[in-house]
Formats: sequence, structure tokens, C-alpha cells
Amino acid sequence: MSVLAPEKPKKIQESLLSRTGAMLIMAVCTVYFLTPIWWLFVGASKSSDQFTSTNPLWFADFNLFANIGDLFAYRDGVFLRWMLNSVLYTGGAALIGTLLAAMCGYALAKYRFHGRELIFNVVLSGVLVPATALALPLFLLFSKVDATNTFWSVFLPSLVNPFGVYLARIYATASVPDDLLEAARIDGSGEIRTFFKVSTRLMTPALITIFLFHFVAVWNNFLLPLIMLGDERLFPVTLGLYSWNTQVNQIPELRGLVIIGALLSITPLVVAFLFLQRFWRNGLGAGAVK
Amino acid sequence: MRKRLSVLLISALALSACGSGGDDTGDTTSAASCAPSSGPVNLTYTTWIPGIENVVKVWNDKNPNIQVKVQTGPNGNGGTYQNFFNQLKAGNTPDLGHIEYDALPSFRVQDGLFDVAGCDIVAKAKDQFIPWTWNQVSFGDEKSAWGIPQDSGPMALFYRADLFEKNNIAIPKTWDEYAAAAEKVKAAGGYITNFSQSDINQFAGFTWQAGGRWFANDGQQWTVNLTDDKTKKVADYWQGLLDKKLVSTVPPWTTEWDNAYNSSSAWTWVSAVWGANSIMSGAPKTAGKWRVAPMPQWSAGEDIAGNWGGSATAVFKNSKHPYEAAQFALWLNTSEEALALLNKEAQLYPATTAGTKYSYLGNPVEFYGDQKIYEVFAEAATKVTPDFTWGPTMTSTYANASDGFKAAVSGQGTLTDALAATQKSTVETLKSQAIPVKE
Repeated sequence: MSVLAPEKPKKIQESLLSRTGAMLIMAVCTVYFLTPIWWLFVGASKSSDQFTSTNPLWFADFNLFANIGDLFAYRDGVFLRWMLNSVLYTGGAALIGTLLAAMCGYALAKYRFHGRELIFNVVLSGVLVPATALALPLFLLFSKVDATNTFWSVFLPSLVNPFGVYLARIYATASVPDDLLEAARIDGSGEIRTFFKVSTRLMTPALITIFLFHFVAVWNNFLLPLIMLGDERLFPVTLGLYSWNTQVNQIPELRGLVIIGALLSITPLVVAFLFLQRFWRNGLGAGAVK
Repeated sequence: MRKRLSVLLISALALSACGSGGDDTGDTTSAASCAPSSGPVNLTYTTWIPGIENVVKVWNDKNPNIQVKVQTGPNGNGGTYQNFFNQLKAGNTPDLGHIEYDALPSFRVQDGLFDVAGCDIVAKAKDQFIPWTWNQVSFGDEKSAWGIPQDSGPMALFYRADLFEKNNIAIPKTWDEYAAAAEKVKAAGGYITNFSQSDINQFAGFTWQAGGRWFANDGQQWTVNLTDDKTKKVADYWQGLLDKKLVSTVPPWTTEWDNAYNSSSAWTWVSAVWGANSIMSGAPKTAGKWRVAPMPQWSAGEDIAGNWGGSATAVFKNSKHPYEAAQFALWLNTSEEALALLNKEAQLYPATTAGTKYSYLGNPVEFYGDQKIYEVFAEAATKVTPDFTWGPTMTSTYANASDGFKAAVSGQGTLTDALAATQKSTVETLKSQAIPVKE
């Protein structure tokens, strides 16, 4: 007891210090990241004349729902169509893209074949090519087959995600034991059945991570639709809001709509993260240990 | 930040697009082959004019054989011009495109446009346009027209009548009087105006009025002259106001900027006709207090206006039906029904002589104390000097000048320095794009 006594307070002091430090850093980060969203929320709740004349970080008269009503009514609800488009482009591409990445990564992890490392390295180098650089070549390709300004011109290029393949391979190596696959084979399960019934279950946290990454990447891929699309009814919400924002000089009342639109357009992302972050954290952990 | 980033991306693309151009202009357009097509025609038209569908619908209802489909996107410099360039490379441009006057030369230089002067209907309609607007599409060449003028932005002086009266300040008729008024306004606790540090177009409008001519093309090569005496005069004038802190310098087109007007901190704005709407929606608290007067002059007794903005409807080189495209463009930009709708939907101010006199532009405007403000602009539209030419690389010229102006506003260098630097970089840009330029 007397030996341990002097050590005890020292230990607490240390952890208290580091804990306070950590909390402080986190608090600063939280403020840093949340202030723009707070600004957006407050701005979206104001009427247009109060928007310029009142404190940008605090509420004036609460007009959020009236503003949302205006936005939905503007030009026959084109905003809602953009949101729907975004969900289709993003949700669809992320779902199919995750499946493709999972199958590809799984195959690279669990099967031995000639050129495996070569394929993996080629895919990996794809991670380094930014989507921005691909937009113009893609436009020229789609022009050749007369398919620009269509749903597919944005959807098809969004399906693949080399980073997803990379993650899937790492996770599959770490979380799907070869013995288990061997056992499945002995029990007479086909390879495809094993993949869907056994391996994907084990890879679920990884797949959710891939899905989220892919979802965000497609949601934020702004240049591709900008270059491909001319038909307003095909726009994703990012491009639609951007178009409005470039016209603010000409039609100043659009500014309010852009702000409320921006607030609404981030809600799907926020919802996706809140629902899926639990899995994501697990997935990141699993990858880190191995 | 995002805007800045996209500008970067777009200019990066512009570079890559330029690098490999040149060879794929296989079919040399035999100029002036502008004959009507037989049978039904479908045209595509890309523009960012708000509410354009309603205007085009009127045309489509009347012309079952020439159907126009509208495509849209962000404004020109926001991405649509870059899209046009990409589409020129891929050979799938729309038939018609919305191009601002200051961007038209860059499409001409890239050989992207169809010369509609060869269409007999265009030659006949030419006289309907205010001469200077026609010059914006012909580049001063009698025999060509690289689009149909659509709208114009004659400039005038918006001022707070109530504040000027209350403080016993006369409405300035010359720039000297304007500078003197600025001192009095400052003494009364305001700023005479806000100097647009990052939107160079306003400065270009001042220069246009003063007689500065930034670009010229003699058919062989371009001349760049951002530092001629007239431009210097304008730059020195505003530098003087900046040095004495008589003008505010919030960035244009922001909420701060709106607020400067809404809170009565800025008392005047020398702006284009479309500025009427900017004030109306940006400064709702000042309703009824604004009036419009002609632009201040460099010498007493003169009567010259500048222009800020305006655009053309151009026919692209790849269009298979240039005659019908020109026909639609003429209807869109000369007929009273179309001009009235364009004005209602998007506040476009016409480029035709008759257009400025239409009855709906003669109405009193409540926000401006029931002044018939458009009569002032109709007058100004006829006072714009005709020979101002834009260069073929305005995007980079604007960007460079804007960087220099922002520095000058924050005390580093002067506006004249900024223009000298822009002169140098513009000549370099032209050379790097293999556009012949006189040193």
C-alpha cells in the first residue's frame, strides 16, 4: 500500500492531461468542422432580406419551412428531381460498385492465378488517377458512341472504384480464413454460393466502408456530370445547385434557394453516415489489426 | 473556394484541350453556304438564360417544322464555355449556343463558329440592331457575323436620391464632380460606391466609355493594349479614390456587397441596366430611394456611355441547319414577343433599336420611386461607342487583372501596375496558344 501510494496520483495526472489535451483538440476540430454547417443551417432559416442584414451565426425569424416550400415550388420542383437523380446515380453506383469491388477484391485475395499481382498493381495505380482527369477522356469516348447527355454517361463511369477493390482485397485476406472456404468446398458449396453466403457475411464491415467511400466519391464527383450533361432534368443536385449559383448575379433571389438547397443536399450524406458509421468503425478496426 | 477550385480545374482542362487541337477540323466549312433545309428540322440550343423554355415554347408552337430543344448548364465561365470547347473537339456541339460578347472572340479564334453573315435573312435584319451591338458580333468586319446580338448592358449611374438630397450634394455629371461628391459622402459617413475589385467587367465598362481599347485585330494579328492613355486615366482615377479611402472594397456579388447597399453604406453604383434588378433584390430596405441618371462624363458636355455585359446567340460550325438556326436566333432576338418574354423571364435588355423602345420598357418602376428608368438606359444604349473589341483569351486576362486589382485594393501596387502585369501575361497567353500577336 505504502509502495503503491505515490504512484497512483501520478498515473491519474498523466491521463488527465492527455485526456484534456485530446478533448481540446477534438473540440477545436468539432467547432472547425461544424461551423460552416451551422452557418448553412442558420442561413437557410432566414428570409432573403434578413439573410444579409442579420448576424450570420444566429437566427432571425425562423423561415426554414417557408424557404423549403419556395425551393420545392421553384420551376416545378426541379430541385426534387435533382435530389432523386443524385440518389439514383449515387445509391445505384455505390451498390453495384461495392458488389463489383467485393468480388474483384475477393478473387484477388483468395484465388491464385497468373497475373494476379499484375492486375492488383494496375488496379492500385488506378487509385492515383483522379476522377477529374478522366472526365474529359470519358466525354470524348461517350461522344464517339453518341451517348453524352444521357443517364448512362454519368452512371456507367461511376460504377468502378479501384480503392474499393484495394480495400476489399485487404479485408478479404484478413477476415475470410482459407480453412473456412476449404470446409465450404468439402461440404459441396459452389464458389459463387460460398462467396455470397459465407464470404460476404464475413466481409460486411468492409463492404459498408467501401459503400460509404464510394457513395461519397460519386456524390462529390462534380466534373463528370458538368461535362457530360446538358439536360437539366438529368442533373444531380450538386450540378444543379452550382448552375444556380453561377446565375446569382443575374437572378439574386437564387442565392437563398442555393443555400437552402445546399442544406437539404447534405442530409442524405449525413443520414448515410449516421446509420452506417457503426459498421464503418468496426471495418476500419478489423483492417488495422492485420 | 469551390468556385476558385472549379476555375482551376476548368483552366487545367482548357490547357489540355488546347494542346491536342488543330488537326481534327477536317471538314473545312465553305463559308456562306447558308441555305434552307428541306423537311422538318430539329435544333439544339444551349443557354443558361433562366426561363428560356417558356420563350422557346412560343417558337415551337408556331414552327412545327423547326423544333428547338433547350439544353442548359452553369453560366459561360462557370463551365458551359469549356463544355462548348470539349464539344467542338468531339464534334457534337449544339446548333446554337449562348455566348457573351467578351467570349465570342475565343470561339472565333478556335474556329468554332458559323459565319451567319452569309444567310440572306441575317443580312436583311442587320439594320435592326444598335450598331455597336452588331460590332460585337462582326468584330468590325462588314462581311461577317459570328452570332446574332441578344442583349446589351448600357451603363448609367444608380444613386440614392434621398441621401444626396439630405446632404445637399448635387448629382455628379462628370467624373470630377463624382470624385468631389465622394469626399462629401465620406464626410456624411458613407462611401460613394463600392469598387469592384474582382469583377473586372465593371472596370472594362469604365474604360469602354473613356475610349480605351484593349484589343484590336487587323485580320493578321492581335494587338493588346491594356495600358493605353485612356485606360491609365481610368485606373489613376479609381486609384485616387482608393488611396483616399473614398470607396468601399467589399467583394462584388457577395452578401457583404448586398449589405453595403442595403444598409445605406454605399450611395451610388455605376452599373449596367441589369444592375437595376441586383439592387432591387440585394437591397430591399432601400426601396423607393434609388434613382438613375446618365453615367458621369470625362469632360463636361460629353454624352458617352459604357457597356457592361451582353451576349449573342451563336451558330456553331458543326450545325447541319445553319439557316434554320439563324432564323430562330433572329426571331429570338428581334421579335417583340420573344424580347418581351426574355425581359420578363430574365430581365434581358434588347440589342435592337426598336427593342429599347418597347412599351414595357417605358413603365415607371416602383423601386426607383416610379422613375421610368429604362428611358435613361434606352438613351445610354445609343451612346455606347461602337469600336470596343474583346480579346480571344478574356478568361485569363480577367483572372490576372482580378488578382492584380485585389492586391492593389489591399495596398500592394496600383491598378496601373496590375494592368501592366496583365498586359504582359495576356500577350504570353496569346503566344502560348499560337495566336498571332504584335509585341
